[in-house]
Amino acid sequence: MTVTLFFAQLLNGLQYGVLLFLLAAGLTLVFGIMSFVNLAHGSLYMVGAYAAALTYGSSNSFALAMGAAMAVTLGIGLVLEKTIVSRLYRRDHLDHVLATFGLVMFFNELVRIVFGPQPVFVQLPDALSGTVNLFGLTYPSYRLAIIVVGLAVAIGSWLLIHKTRIGMLIRAGAENPALVGALGVNIGLLNTLLFGVGAMLAGVAGAMAGPMLSVQSGMGEPVLITTLVVIVIGGIGSVSGAFCAALIVGVVDTLGRVCLPLLLRQLAERPIADAAGPALASMSVYLLMAGVLALRPEGLFPAHRGRA
Amino acid sequence: MIQRVLRAALCATALVAAPCEAARIGLVAPLSGPQALVGQDQVDGFLLAIEQRGGKLGGQPVTVLKEDDQLKPEVGQQAVRKLIDKDKVDAIVGLSFSNVLMASLPRIVESGVVAIATNAGPSPLAGAQCKTNVFSVAWQNDGAAEAMGKFAQDRGIKRVYLMAPNYQAGKDMLAGFKRHYRGQVVDEVYTQVNQPDYSAEIAQLQAAAPDALFVFYPGGMGINFVKQMSQAGLVGKLPLYAVFTVDGTTLPSLREAAVGTISGAIYDAALDTPENRRFVAAFQARFKRTPSLYAATGYDAANLLDIALRKADGDPKRLAASVKAAGGELKSVRGPFAFGRNNMPLQDYYAFETTRDSGKLVTRLIGTPMKRHVDPYAAQCPLP
Repeated sequence: MTVTLFFAQLLNGLQYGVLLFLLAAGLTLVFGIMSFVNLAHGSLYMVGAYAAALTYGSSNSFALAMGAAMAVTLGIGLVLEKTIVSRLYRRDHLDHVLATFGLVMFFNELVRIVFGPQPVFVQLPDALSGTVNLFGLTYPSYRLAIIVVGLAVAIGSWLLIHKTRIGMLIRAGAENPALVGALGVNIGLLNTLLFGVGAMLAGVAGAMAGPMLSVQSGMGEPVLITTLVVIVIGGIGSVSGAFCAALIVGVVDTLGRVCLPLLLRQLAERPIADAAGPALASMSVYLLMAGVLALRPEGLFPAHRGRA
Repeated sequence: MIQRVLRAALCATALVAAPCEAARIGLVAPLSGPQALVGQDQVDGFLLAIEQRGGKLGGQPVTVLKEDDQLKPEVGQQAVRKLIDKDKVDAIVGLSFSNVLMASLPRIVESGVVAIATNAGPSPLAGAQCKTNVFSVAWQNDGAAEAMGKFAQDRGIKRVYLMAPNYQAGKDMLAGFKRHYRGQVVDEVYTQVNQPDYSAEIAQLQAAAPDALFVFYPGGMGINFVKQMSQAGLVGKLPLYAVFTVDGTTLPSLREAAVGTISGAIYDAALDTPENRRFVAAFQARFKRTPSLYAATGYDAANLLDIALRKADGDPKRLAASVKAAGGELKSVRGPFAFGRNNMPLQDYYAFETTRDSGKLVTRLIGTPMKRHVDPYAAQCPLP
């Protein structure tokens, strides 16, 4: 593999990583602070993709589509929190799983009934439809744009969490929600806001994935599983942990898909390597997670250790 | 028995207003989940043909019992058992993808009920395990890939790169492509099933710089892959040969991204035959969309049953033989059609190109790499 190709693959890993981060940020906060398991996070990603696709299709403005995706997912997030999620905080994790899995099925079927099984067409925004020449390898400019947006959101959320009063409350809530409540902070409102913002970030991820992926019912579940891996590796409740873990998972997954089959061909016969390579590559992030859990059960950057 | 034959005959000639005995037909297809569109097209095509005959097939009124197999072998097998044991159907149509068909096979063979697959022709069923009462009106699974291999060979392509998802059908397709292709295979890449992002594989592909690419990415995988190929600036530069990737179900979501793709298939709405022009017009009028090859096999299955039920004349024991004979008489929307010794279709495999014509996307027939193709497994079939 040449240096340029390796560099391109690193970029691919980075791009996948920032997309995962957008999903992981909301999920890890909800999980860490409210101790709530939200399997329906992938559905919000799907809703974001649909909202953006339909708005973009009718208005031809990608900025408007992005705004619509954010507004719709924020709205749905707030409504979900108020009507369903907030009633479940005190319940068992199994109840969370049961209720949110029900929501997953509800959203998937709803989307299928309303928009049909046919995937929705999403065009690339004209300004980003070209390719960029990176030392001899062409790279889609849209993917570069995703990296930029992802990094911007990462910096924004870091500033929010570490430099603002709300961020301080969020951090405090992750450490000890009961105490924060006892100090007179409206923890209920904080939870609602946090859930809504998490949903909105999932919507942004969905909106940005739309032009690259097939926008259809059930698109959220595969990516949700990888997102869960990310937050476990990063340490539940830690946004910076989720960021690092998302990048690690993105790069490991990408390089695993590229290198493992090539590596196996050196070691085993061609047909065996061809069969085992993709199988092993699909396991790579889970192996990584198992390794992290064995060495640091709290994750790489846990939020609950009194760490600032 | 005599009564039943008589009644069927009366129905057929419509001499008296006798209460006709309805033929019961089970229709099994994936109607939910990511492949629901493929299943829906088969159902719509099948029902359209019945509608055109005023709710009758072979002059007999028909009752169609729809079942969703969810693309799960165990669910499909249950549905088939129910149709045979409880609903006592005369024939079963559809049967989904190869995995569902193979799981349902034992009960179908045991019961002797005629089954007509509209979406699969797995190699075991085409070879040593062929059955007198099981037909495929679709294709032997390798056919389209074999045709693309032959087409690439005929076009003199020297170095080709192959990609498919890592499961049985993916491996069969790549093996099918290589059967008639004699050039160099630069690399053979298997990706995870339902992988959404192909950026890493596309970067490898660019670096390998082959003369052409052959892929098999059905459904959502194909949409993702072709879109991302196009975004990487490869569509138009690197010739893309595909099977079950760019078709009537995925093209509406791909549009411009698919321009330049060459697809191997038994059917496309672009085929210019009188039967097909009528079918496409009727389908568009009824469902407001262009029929895919899955709608075409569903439509053909109903027309095949129409001929076969007439031939069997109300005798269920004669239905299998009638279906086989009806194959030769069927005016298929895809062109020439007949059943081979193994009950798989003998048909042409076409090469279609997706092009732009004055701003509109059109599919164009650019070749027929294989005519009346006999699949490579037929020789192993012990049927006469």
